Amino acid sequence: MSGRVLVGVKRVIDYAVKIRVKPDNSSVVTDGVKHSMNPFCEIAVEEAVKLKEKKLIKEVVAVSCGPQQAQETIRTALAMGADRGIHVEVTGKDYETLGPLQVSKIMAALAKKEDAQLVILGKQAIDDDCNQTGQMTAALLDWPQGTFASEVSFDGDKIKVVREIDGGLETIKIKTPAVVTADLRLNTPRYATLPNIMKAKKKKIANVKPADLGVDLTSRLEVVRVDEPPQRQAGVKVETVDDLVGKLKEAGTV
Amino acid sequence: HESLLARRGRLALGLCLSGCRGLSQLAELPDTHQLLRQTCRDFADRELNPIAAKLDKEHVYPAKQIQELGAMGVMAIEVPEELGGAGMDYLAYSLAMEEISRGCASTGVVVSVNNSLYIGPVLKFGSEEQKREWITPFTTGEKVGCFALSEPGNGSDAGAASTTARQDGDEWVLNGTKAWITNSWDASATVVFATTDKSLKHKGISAFLVPMPHPGLSLGKKEDKLGIKASSTANIILEDCRVPLGNMLGPRGAGFKIAMQTLDSGRIGIAAQALGIAQASLDCAADYAHKRTAFGSPIGKLQAIQFKLADMAVAVESARLLTWKASLLRDAKKPFTKEAAMAKLAASEAATYCSHQAIQVLGGMGYVADMPAERHYRDARITEIYEGTSEIQRLVIAGQLLKEYQS
Repeated sequence: MSGRVLVGVKRVIDYAVKIRVKPDNSSVVTDGVKHSMNPFCEIAVEEAVKLKEKKLIKEVVAVSCGPQQAQETIRTALAMGADRGIHVEVTGKDYETLGPLQVSKIMAALAKKEDAQLVILGKQAIDDDCNQTGQMTAALLDWPQGTFASEVSFDGDKIKVVREIDGGLETIKIKTPAVVTADLRLNTPRYATLPNIMKAKKKKIANVKPADLGVDLTSRLEVVRVDEPPQRQAGVKVETVDDLVGKLKEAGTV
Repeated sequence: HESLLARRGRLALGLCLSGCRGLSQLAELPDTHQLLRQTCRDFADRELNPIAAKLDKEHVYPAKQIQELGAMGVMAIEVPEELGGAGMDYLAYSLAMEEISRGCASTGVVVSVNNSLYIGPVLKFGSEEQKREWITPFTTGEKVGCFALSEPGNGSDAGAASTTARQDGDEWVLNGTKAWITNSWDASATVVFATTDKSLKHKGISAFLVPMPHPGLSLGKKEDKLGIKASSTANIILEDCRVPLGNMLGPRGAGFKIAMQTLDSGRIGIAAQALGIAQASLDCAADYAHKRTAFGSPIGKLQAIQFKLADMAVAVESARLLTWKASLLRDAKKPFTKEAAMAKLAASEAATYCSHQAIQVLGGMGYVADMPAERHYRDARITEIYEGTSEIQRLVIAGQLLKEYQS
């Protein structure tokens, strides 16, 4: 086994930022807005680095698809302990329409090219909440998948994944190579240490174009319109439980 | 004879050529420093900001957070990696200090004192053995140090130190009282300044390393301060406190010089702390200006508020550039005494100005603990006093300035 792990990291609008919709309702405002690594991607990087520290895998490669700024996200992954990075350059209109289908094609191509043993992704991105890239990547590669992972361990030549599902926790064993997606409780990501920030400067980030990987970026989806959620209306106070039931019946909800 | 004009022109060109890389760093930070700044900001937002009010109210030392910062390398930024530090420069230190202090000013001062005032002099004046013994254990956040120069009888007049050190066989015996010592109740070691010969005045002062706790060293009561309440401040009392001869730091009689040089660098740290407080105040005021409405619109639309915010932003940004310049000069091993004093003066006055104006923008809400503005106001005040009062900074600046014009 190559002992190589591919980790996908996505640059998204920071979770603390108040999102504003553009006046033409085409998308959200991204210019001048603080961006950071998708929180679930941070968890994915942390898990990969932990596996390397336990000497269960040999190399962590951080991958990000996007414009020049995606390199900042890769560098954060390097500062957390990833060994090298791959920046897949996607810009302009291609970047605006980039979605799980294209990214999973890119990740699948890279997984084959890099002879990856494991691909770890965040379960979803906090901007589009698609929750598809990991699953699609596994399907394209015809690899097993362990999604919504809250615990990952190596069991011989298999990987044991504890998954968070609606009913509780499900434990599965999958053969490698495999795709795993990280859920919230998998780990607590570390802050980059200053020495690692200095070391990250020397780590390599390779530049790749989607065409080099034979990937077609055409989107099958078209965003028609983006709107803010409806303004929350004020509630109504009632005096008694009977009043409450009455009002609910009036509104047709009971 | 070179004319004054020609000489100044030559100096300026020299500074420009050698400082060109430095100057471009003022406009845009290198990648590593941007990542460092972002990492410290994330830490401050997630780990310090949520607890800062509680730390202030309950006067609690942020032990867990200091350990986490230690693990990141923030407690020993300039210390070389082989001694356990982060091996980064003073620009990195200024950035880290500002971001940490923006989250919690008390945590900021703990970080600053450990980096600049305790580790600083040992790194610069200590022997290899002293560095291993007195620096390495203090890089992880588990142990912090402190700096004991001021006394009840003298603060600004550091040369008048009356704490004594007398040699007795193979030991130094220290006697006296030190006042206003930050980190004292949480420290595991201190750099103490004492005189071996009062008749030599400031040339009789030497620096000593004393572990804490230690027989003959006791602490006074924790001061009940206006601000930075989560950091402990107290007297250190030395009564026949004995340390081995090898605990003298630097040459005999060099204590005053060590103290002054240490404070030159410490000033940059405190300037950065003041910047953090000033920025936090500006953040608070600007955010409020968007949300609070009066006379039918958000108050940010009113010129009176806009002028305040603009003045605050100018004060912070100019102080920040002075702080970065002082850091860059120090990193380039160029003289930086004047710039460090200017940075500390500008930043501390920016902190008190911005926190004052932030309360004004918030109105009644600025006066209550529900908003952080009142805490910034209380935290800011000390930055004009410690590590050299604003008056001392002005003397230092004037002294350097007049030397430049002497010809």
